[in-house]
Amino acid sequence: MTMDWYWKSASEISAAVRSGVVSASDITEAQLRRIDEVDGRIDAYTQRWDDTARAMAAKVDKKASRGEALGPLAGVPVGLKELLCTRVGKTTCASKMLEHFRSPYDATVVKRLEAADAVFLGKVNMDEFAMGSSTENSAIKVTRNPWNLKCVPGGSSGGSAAAVSAGECAISLGSDTGGSIRQPACLCGCVGIKPTYGRVSRYGLVAFASSLDQIGPLTRTVEDAALTLNVICGRDEMDATSADLPVPDFTGALTGDVRGLRIGLPKEYFTEALSEPMRERIEQAVDAYRANGAEIVEVSLPCSEYAIAVYYIICTAEASANLARFDGVRYGFRHPEAKTMQDMYVMSKSAAFGPEVRRRIMLGTYVLSSGYYDAYYLKAQKVRALIKKDFDAAFEKCDVIAGPTSPTASFEFGAKSDNPLEMYLSDIYTISVNLATLPGISIPCGLTDAGLPVGMQLMARPFEEELLLKTAHFYEQNRGFDMGRPPIA
Amino acid sequence: MKYEAVIGMEVHVEINSKSKVFCACPTDFHAPPNTNVCPICLGMPGALPVLNRDMVDKSVAVGLALNCKISRWSKMDRKNYFYPDLAKNYQISQYDLPLCHGGSIEIEVDGETRRIGITRAHMEEDTARNTHTLGGGQSGIDFNRSGVPLLEIVTEPDIRSAAEAYAYLTALKQILQYLDVSDCNMEEGSLRAEANISIRPEGRAEFGVKTEVKNVASFSGVQKAIDYEIARQEKVLREGGVIVQETRGWDADRGITVSQRLKESAHDYRYFPEPDLPPIVVDESWENRIREGLPELPAPRKKRLESQYGLSAYDAHVITLSKPVADYYEAVVAAGADPKKASNWLMVELQALLSAAKLEIQACKIGPEALAALLKLIDTGLISGKIAKEVLVEMFDSGLPPDTIVRDKGLSQISDTGAIEAAVKQVIDASPEQVAQFKAGKDKVFGYFVGQVMKATRGKGNPQLINDILRRELEG
Repeated sequence: MTMDWYWKSASEISAAVRSGVVSASDITEAQLRRIDEVDGRIDAYTQRWDDTARAMAAKVDKKASRGEALGPLAGVPVGLKELLCTRVGKTTCASKMLEHFRSPYDATVVKRLEAADAVFLGKVNMDEFAMGSSTENSAIKVTRNPWNLKCVPGGSSGGSAAAVSAGECAISLGSDTGGSIRQPACLCGCVGIKPTYGRVSRYGLVAFASSLDQIGPLTRTVEDAALTLNVICGRDEMDATSADLPVPDFTGALTGDVRGLRIGLPKEYFTEALSEPMRERIEQAVDAYRANGAEIVEVSLPCSEYAIAVYYIICTAEASANLARFDGVRYGFRHPEAKTMQDMYVMSKSAAFGPEVRRRIMLGTYVLSSGYYDAYYLKAQKVRALIKKDFDAAFEKCDVIAGPTSPTASFEFGAKSDNPLEMYLSDIYTISVNLATLPGISIPCGLTDAGLPVGMQLMARPFEEELLLKTAHFYEQNRGFDMGRPPIA
Repeated sequence: MKYEAVIGMEVHVEINSKSKVFCACPTDFHAPPNTNVCPICLGMPGALPVLNRDMVDKSVAVGLALNCKISRWSKMDRKNYFYPDLAKNYQISQYDLPLCHGGSIEIEVDGETRRIGITRAHMEEDTARNTHTLGGGQSGIDFNRSGVPLLEIVTEPDIRSAAEAYAYLTALKQILQYLDVSDCNMEEGSLRAEANISIRPEGRAEFGVKTEVKNVASFSGVQKAIDYEIARQEKVLREGGVIVQETRGWDADRGITVSQRLKESAHDYRYFPEPDLPPIVVDESWENRIREGLPELPAPRKKRLESQYGLSAYDAHVITLSKPVADYYEAVVAAGADPKKASNWLMVELQALLSAAKLEIQACKIGPEALAALLKLIDTGLISGKIAKEVLVEMFDSGLPPDTIVRDKGLSQISDTGAIEAAVKQVIDASPEQVAQFKAGKDKVFGYFVGQVMKATRGKGNPQLINDILRRELEG
């Protein structure tokens, strides 16, 4: 039982720690050694908090020795995305702008994880301010895909996905604005869930696009995703958009029964844009559901083709305002040569934001400008409402929608980084879920011939995470093959 | 050609909620710099706003008091511009769907009543304060004021003169103070007024080009600035020039307005709905709850004081100008004082003492019951009105009750018939000449006798008694 703790699931680790089979400190040491061993090749971690991790583990062990009840994530090693505010370490958003920034407070999710006796190992890489689909936009480092070191881990939560996939933590928190949890989870062969907008407090999540952002876990098992949601979901008085709804026991929903479940396949998602291995694996997964008593129906999401256009208007508009505060006045980078107020703004922002962030700020500023607002922002909001209506109609015919997470498996570094539009297409299947404020999950469903993971995406009605998790869990338990571990293992 | 001025006012009022509009920080921005701040009002990464319900309550109350319709559904918006005093580089405000709209307020100028339309009243957050007095070319920012709740109240272009603008501000301030939602202190910036001014030839329907006048620190300053701006625009037009749409600042020292910013360089604020805050839904029951809690407002209270206490329109107007004064007045009457006498003593005698001491009535040591007690001493004849004024000064300084002062200083009136008869007899005996004049029909000389008897009693003789006894002795 002493070997390979770092491959165990969070629920196994927590159960072992709570029953006294192993100490949180032992788990932590095993986990730190694993990071020592592989992170030189993966570079998922941007900050290692070894001392903090040991102190948190010791605290859990002390609690256990006093006979106190331990939390549901007792001793579970967690990595945090660089845009979650923490008093420990820095909160850089993988940007030169916040290279040295220390947050004066902890994000609500961070507090909740800590209260559940989780152990923080450090922070993990991402695309700068969560803008990107390959983590190549990080100003800190390049993170590699554990399945193939020449390939990207996806993004923007690429560090989170790579760390979980390579056994460098059991759970990592990511954030998803247009697919930033699900797409990297798909590319790295792990589970990633974006909860319904409002399910998880955004307080302390550095905002990219406030009406779309949502925090969620990346894990190696569906059960761990459910376990994490039990801890981080629920109303927070600090976030006016957080839903005032009771939080069910998500792990209790994993019953393994899909009989009578109606699974919808949107015809717009299975076109030539979808690569062949992706299509094949997803069709096999759908067959598994059919064989076990689920009903498969075709549904239509006719407005899907507008999703990317709508998304890049709304998210850039919101980002242009959200990122305005990074001006060098109170914190963050201030250009040393700026002599006037105007220079301070222009020079600081020009020097400290990367090209993708600058592009999106400019796009967003443009679509909100007087004379263009109606044609872009307002129209995009109207189409967003139509996209939501599409889903309402589809969910009349089915309970869960299934489809691909990403049009392709992972790709090599540089393959798309010169063509922003092609990079934007990486999120073609995930963006609508954010626009319609639905929950969505990506689960591994096989490998391509090149040995790269393929993921299936499931979507459900707002606040039906239980159904979503149940459906995903069923497939995970019945897919009939082992995903295996990335070659780096 | 005669010109007519067309004026609209924009007033920003700081609402006196305990905490800021989007966070729990106290609203006292006079505390040492940057002590009443948190991640939210500092615009730290990841921080989110949560709308203060008290702010909505108070804004709805103002809306109702200004006869506005309350939006069942409204929202907050982001107003984007860069300035170091704006923590997030956007201000959370309301753009196309304000909380309150379509109201009006009545004002009175030279005995004429006019109705001024209220276009809208909307909620927003105040900015921080920049200071440039640190020396060494450095500027400082104090974020204590960042996020203090503001209500912006905008009128229709219904105002036609500086005097009307002054009357509007006075009436608005009166209502805000009655609602107890703001201290309305213009010097300290808790009430800020800007005027949009244009002129047009009398009788023409179209508006002229307007200028916006800012930086005014008092109501009388607003009046002066508007008068100046009207005259300036008239002069420009009479000399064949054109008015440029611009923002002009009021220079109180020089008594002129100075161009600050042309319209061409105006901001594009790129408003869009604030995604961090859900819509504001004020349903009927919420609105009714606020309506039922509204205090009696100045206009109906004035009418009531006239009919209930028989006060003149003028007296009722002056008493109701300030809610604490009106409350004080009604408390004096409730304690048993005659309504008219109470009004006179409050407005003339007590007001003079308050003005001299630069005190508000709330800080006055004389409570309403004490004033009523003083008036009762006059009624019962224990002291004269003249003595009462001395007693009032004593009460004002010491806070002692009137009967204590009268007793301790031996001020009670001589109502002993025997003592007054003796004094009268003494005066008549000493003034044969005046007695002769009186008997010859020179009635005016009667006053001389009253004065002499008063003098003999050192001012404490009961005037009515002195009168009666003198008449009897002289005419008998």
